Amino acid sequence: MTGHSSAACESCPAYNQAMLKKLGVNVEAVDYVVALAGNPNTGKSTLFNALTGLRQHVGNWAGKTVARAEGGFSFNNKRYKLVDLPGTYSLLSTSTDEEIARDFILFGQPSVTVVVVDATRLERNLNLTLQILEITDHVVVALNLIDEAGRHGIRVDERHLARKLGVPVVPMAARKMQGLPELLQAIEQVATGAYVTRPHRIQQRDPGLDHALRELETALLREFPDLPNAQWVALRLLDGDASIEQALRERRLGDLSRGQASAPAADALALEIAS
Amino acid sequence: MSAESDLLQIAARLRSGLGEDYADRVMEAIFTEAAQIADSSVTRDEKKARLTLDRMLDRVLTHPIGGFAVMGLMFFVVFWITITGANIPSQLLADLLLGTVYTALHSLFAALSAPAWLSGLLIDGVYLATAWVVSVMLPPMAIFFPLFTLLEDFGYLPRVAFNLDRLFAGAGAHGKQALSMMMGFGCNAAGVVATRIIDSPRERLIAIITNNFSICNGRWPMLILMGTIFIGAAAPPALASLVAALSVVAIAVLGIIVALLVSGALSRTWLKGETSVYSLELPPYRPPQVIRTLYTSVIDRTLIVLWRAVVMAAPAGAVIWLASNIMIGGTSIAGHLVNFLNPLGLLLGLNGVILVAYIVAIPANEIVIPTILMLTLTLGRNIAGAQPGVMLELDDSQVYQVLTQVGGWTLLTAVNLMLFSLLHNPCSTTIITIWNETKNLKWTVTAVLLPLSLAFLVTFSTATLARWLGLA
Amino acid sequence: MASLTLDQLAIGKEAIVTRLVCTGASRRRLMDLGILPGTHLAADFASPLGDPVAYRVRDALIALRRAQARQIEIELLQGGQP
Repeated sequence: MTGHSSAACESCPAYNQAMLKKLGVNVEAVDYVVALAGNPNTGKSTLFNALTGLRQHVGNWAGKTVARAEGGFSFNNKRYKLVDLPGTYSLLSTSTDEEIARDFILFGQPSVTVVVVDATRLERNLNLTLQILEITDHVVVALNLIDEAGRHGIRVDERHLARKLGVPVVPMAARKMQGLPELLQAIEQVATGAYVTRPHRIQQRDPGLDHALRELETALLREFPDLPNAQWVALRLLDGDASIEQALRERRLGDLSRGQASAPAADALALEIAS
Repeated sequence: MSAESDLLQIAARLRSGLGEDYADRVMEAIFTEAAQIADSSVTRDEKKARLTLDRMLDRVLTHPIGGFAVMGLMFFVVFWITITGANIPSQLLADLLLGTVYTALHSLFAALSAPAWLSGLLIDGVYLATAWVVSVMLPPMAIFFPLFTLLEDFGYLPRVAFNLDRLFAGAGAHGKQALSMMMGFGCNAAGVVATRIIDSPRERLIAIITNNFSICNGRWPMLILMGTIFIGAAAPPALASLVAALSVVAIAVLGIIVALLVSGALSRTWLKGETSVYSLELPPYRPPQVIRTLYTSVIDRTLIVLWRAVVMAAPAGAVIWLASNIMIGGTSIAGHLVNFLNPLGLLLGLNGVILVAYIVAIPANEIVIPTILMLTLTLGRNIAGAQPGVMLELDDSQVYQVLTQVGGWTLLTAVNLMLFSLLHNPCSTTIITIWNETKNLKWTVTAVLLPLSLAFLVTFSTATLARWLGLA
Repeated sequence: MASLTLDQLAIGKEAIVTRLVCTGASRRRLMDLGILPGTHLAADFASPLGDPVAYRVRDALIALRRAQARQIEIELLQGGQP
């Protein structure tokens, strides 16, 4: 595994490689569901393969993982299902990829969403991260490709970043299997609630929008008091997002607030051709 | 009124009160914050900031002359390694599966005193067809897919798409179609799946329908054989192998030209529409992980594609054997079919045997040549000791002898067979993949019939022209 | 005076985005890529056939066709010629 796994490392509690069991496609009776999100080209699928022992092919492309891939692992005697979402730049457009990713985070209600971030292109990658933080509280940021960043002369202050985002940030190099134990630890802590996140929410909006949002959010919360991301849902409804409107009509938002999410419409792979 | 529609109305009312560009302002707010957070978290060593190696590679690989030279070289090297590297393992597999195992199976069935029809159907039909496909397909795929994946992982393929984009833009297609086409040179089913990287439905459909014009692994062996024994042989001996290779490359290049022309025609007629926003990220170059790539591409691509081919070849083997052995009025079913299709075949500069072989080979193009040989021999004068419905291996000069003397082939037959192989309908695995990817009957049927009509049209034209010029 | 658009930016020059002229899906797409008013862009190199051009945007290399670049209005940096 890691080239420098000395005895000193193994004695520290973070080094729990032995406690990671790759379960491959065995995802029965899991304790937690973990979603893996991120921009294309961030090493998301490499991380997926490293954790599950599966061999999903990774391409250097946007939208290569078009369908969701699922795999399992167990850590500290807890079983996790890992869902690899399509690589996307954003959750606000309406491509199939983005819908699959967004619907899963929203309706699949993962215990933890791991956002894989390219350390060499942090600014671009934070765009998606901030959008995910609007939808869900349970987030861990995997600051990947930290080795490549070093080669390019880029250094990221992960503590500062974690403070700003309000969620754990784990620097890692998934291709070299570096940072995996720390990531697993962070996933466990967020899943069990041992680490309470204080996710960053977007502040700078113009007063008109802010007012409209607050009104819609209040109306939403009156109907669905437990909706965890009412502000985001309100924003999407304001934008006329057809799939969120659909979810509202089918009362899937209601299910969401009661904690019984329905399956995401993720296998919408077929092309929709206007005839 | 329900609470849901109430909420939707509130949303609609509030939306109308907001400016047109409020969605932009939301995005701007997100990006502004992302930039602020990134700025405060990142420190840069300006001296190392621009990776000089990456920039240098980009200068070379997208250079007006160097870029195309490297591309041509890569293309050539990948196919050269695939074709020559596959020879030895293919031969070993053929010796083992078509020789040793085949003989052993016959001895086993004889020892069990199985009826002749059963051993014929199972061994000479199902087993031989499957074994043929495995020995012909497995080695080239096991070489081609990893090479392709290495180039992909290194970050080179997006540069190819970048270099060629203008040609595709001219045809109203997406630049990433260049990559699904390259993938198609390995396997069209894989090429069709690879079109997923194209995010606009219209352009993706164009890429799916035209992927067939990338010559897949299943078709290379036949093209190389025809190029060698008919076209290369027509040249002076010293130039024979060069002319043969050039004839095969010419067919491949013709395929690319046809793909661009058909894409252009489609995007101006049935698939008219706005060219979608084209954006292609050119990722940083990364050293490929050779071992992992070998493993994943063998498991992921090679074995899956091979399995599909085997599933198709087994029943096809049974059908060939049955058609060659069931007699109606003194002639086998295959014989009747050949006689029926012969007039059409001759009109196209081909013959009945070739058309029957292409019907039988719908599951896998690999079995075209063995089927042609088998049918030519069993229906004609038997000079090589073939049994009905048994695929056998002959060397190149024997094949030439069989085709010209027994089958009555000419240079026109060979050229038109190459053209037909390039243009005809996709194999059944690809057809099923197209259906799975589009879930649309109209486009699946189009993807089958469009190339097939093109194949008929082109071969008919060349045959007519050849006759007119007195060449055939 | 008509404002400068991105397709007029010479290779090696840098600019700031002032306005996105397009609407709807194509506008969203550009913004997803991180191209919005205020974004710093540099024309890095062109395809051998002249189109598309690769731009450096927020540390990434993004290739855009001329037709798209024409929909992005820019302001030159360092006061040079386009």
